[in-house]
Amino acid sequence: MTAPMTMSQKILARHAGLDEAAPGQIVEAAVDFAFTNDVMIPVVAKAFEKIGAKTVFDAEKVGLFPDHFTPNKDIKSAENARTLREFAKKHKIRHYYEVGRVGIEHSFVVEQGLAAPGEIVIGSDSHTCTAGALGAFATGVGSTDLAAILASGKTWLRVPETTRFVYHGRLPQWIGGKDLILLTIGRIGVDGANYRAMEFAGEAVAELPMAGRFTMCNMAIEAGAKTGLMEVDETALAHLRGCVTRPFAAVASDPGAPYAEVHEWDVSDLEPLVACPHLPSNVRRASELADVALDQVVIGGCTNGCIDDLRQAAALLKGRRVAEGIRCLVIPGTQAIHRQAMREGLAEAFVDAGAFFSGPTCGPCLGAHMGILAARERALATTNRNFVGRMGHPESEVYLAGPAVAAASAVLGRIAHPAEIADPKGGAA
Amino acid sequence: MSMLKGRVWTFGDNIDTDVIIPARFMNDPSPENMGAHCMADIAPTFAAEAREGDVLVAGRNFGCGSSREHAPIALIAAGIRCVVAASFARIFYRNAFNMGLPILECEQAHAALAQGDAVEVDLATGRVLCPAKGLTLESRPVPEFMRALVAQGGLIPYTRAKLNLR
Repeated sequence: MTAPMTMSQKILARHAGLDEAAPGQIVEAAVDFAFTNDVMIPVVAKAFEKIGAKTVFDAEKVGLFPDHFTPNKDIKSAENARTLREFAKKHKIRHYYEVGRVGIEHSFVVEQGLAAPGEIVIGSDSHTCTAGALGAFATGVGSTDLAAILASGKTWLRVPETTRFVYHGRLPQWIGGKDLILLTIGRIGVDGANYRAMEFAGEAVAELPMAGRFTMCNMAIEAGAKTGLMEVDETALAHLRGCVTRPFAAVASDPGAPYAEVHEWDVSDLEPLVACPHLPSNVRRASELADVALDQVVIGGCTNGCIDDLRQAAALLKGRRVAEGIRCLVIPGTQAIHRQAMREGLAEAFVDAGAFFSGPTCGPCLGAHMGILAARERALATTNRNFVGRMGHPESEVYLAGPAVAAASAVLGRIAHPAEIADPKGGAA
Repeated sequence: MSMLKGRVWTFGDNIDTDVIIPARFMNDPSPENMGAHCMADIAPTFAAEAREGDVLVAGRNFGCGSSREHAPIALIAAGIRCVVAASFARIFYRNAFNMGLPILECEQAHAALAQGDAVEVDLATGRVLCPAKGLTLESRPVPEFMRALVAQGGLIPYTRAKLNLR
């Protein structure tokens, strides 16, 4: 009889061929899916060459996604994208897709069934933890770690302690996954879960569509966590039925599992939240920030670029105009979401409102291209980081919020509570 | 061999990898380019003034945010030979060991040391000495597994050995 374990312990033990794994233990775990992108590939490829492996561990279990500096922003970026393409060709990588058939890696991985419950998913990007919303153990590593996984199919992992977050109560209108995760990071701080796993549970999480769940797990890294996980329920299974055909074994934490900490919060009175410059933990209520004028609004990205996010933003922008003097960029997570937004008329609502509606790219989120801020410009974005210089000039500022606050703010040209412009009906993703 | 001597550069809490090396420079990941722009947004003179062998001293959660391995590459290229911080974000922690950048977790260093202090760092014992201030600071011991990884020469030799590629 084994001791009660958390989801993370169970997944890591199973992948290390062990019956049990205790927090703090280091295990050598088999990886089910590993992926990298155009900006990391130069370093990954060089490390892979130094390791000297002739082939990748399994060409079916590797993803190479051009998403960061693509469509190629300059000649150097084009060279990096070519390195990615050539690596894919040389190693006969199954999951390589050109711009126009891909998306932002984290959105694409969960959409295409490349992560399933109980699996270990490792990417060379910190937001890999997004897939934890499907009950996978998903975490980001650096390029050399990723190269070692491509060569060996395994990686060493310290079994993390787990902090469990239970959100009680019904979700109020306008409140979504972004508000829950900003509340959490605001309370525990940007290193409040360093080296740990975060488990998200409770009635409010159960009520969230997958979009809001992906947002929460995506930003687990902003509290320093190794990953964020959710147990698989009917909402997650409905998503998985649409994209995963291989068998999988979902795991849940045992009653009595050894949590390092448990937080139980009632969120039934929560108001829309905004993280102010320059940390995701610098959280205030949107209603307190109505005097903050904006130059740019970014809606989408890997954090809030699901169709539910875009529906919510479009419902507020439809029939309205983006305020004079400001830019609103809308960036779906993947090509499939882009197409769906066109089918449903969301694209038209954005363009009619005077917003720029593009295909998927990481571009503006990390200040890479497409939406760079000038000195002293201020943006509100549904992305995940608001560090100094994150979206451009070191003297620019980024505020983080969910899609409803972002859309309302685009219309009013300043940070706004969605109720300021909305008919009293919409909800939040 | 394991004794480093250098000058201190101090930084605060939550120094993220976006400020260690801003993404806009990542289209060219060569060490020369990374080193030339290291800390550009918060300490514009750092890259030009840092000297080979300098020691970076920071507060909590050093290296948070993006997984970019370009961050330790940039620090090494700028001349930094050791980072001493109250704590490290986990991906940076792994990356630093993988890249051969020694890092020490020391709670007191940030309060006790100032910009430009001459320090000696004993990597074997994790002791940080500042003779001018008469200080000897102890670091948290490096976990056994990480020490074994370093002893093997880092993650690349470790993986080669695992795959019998020697």
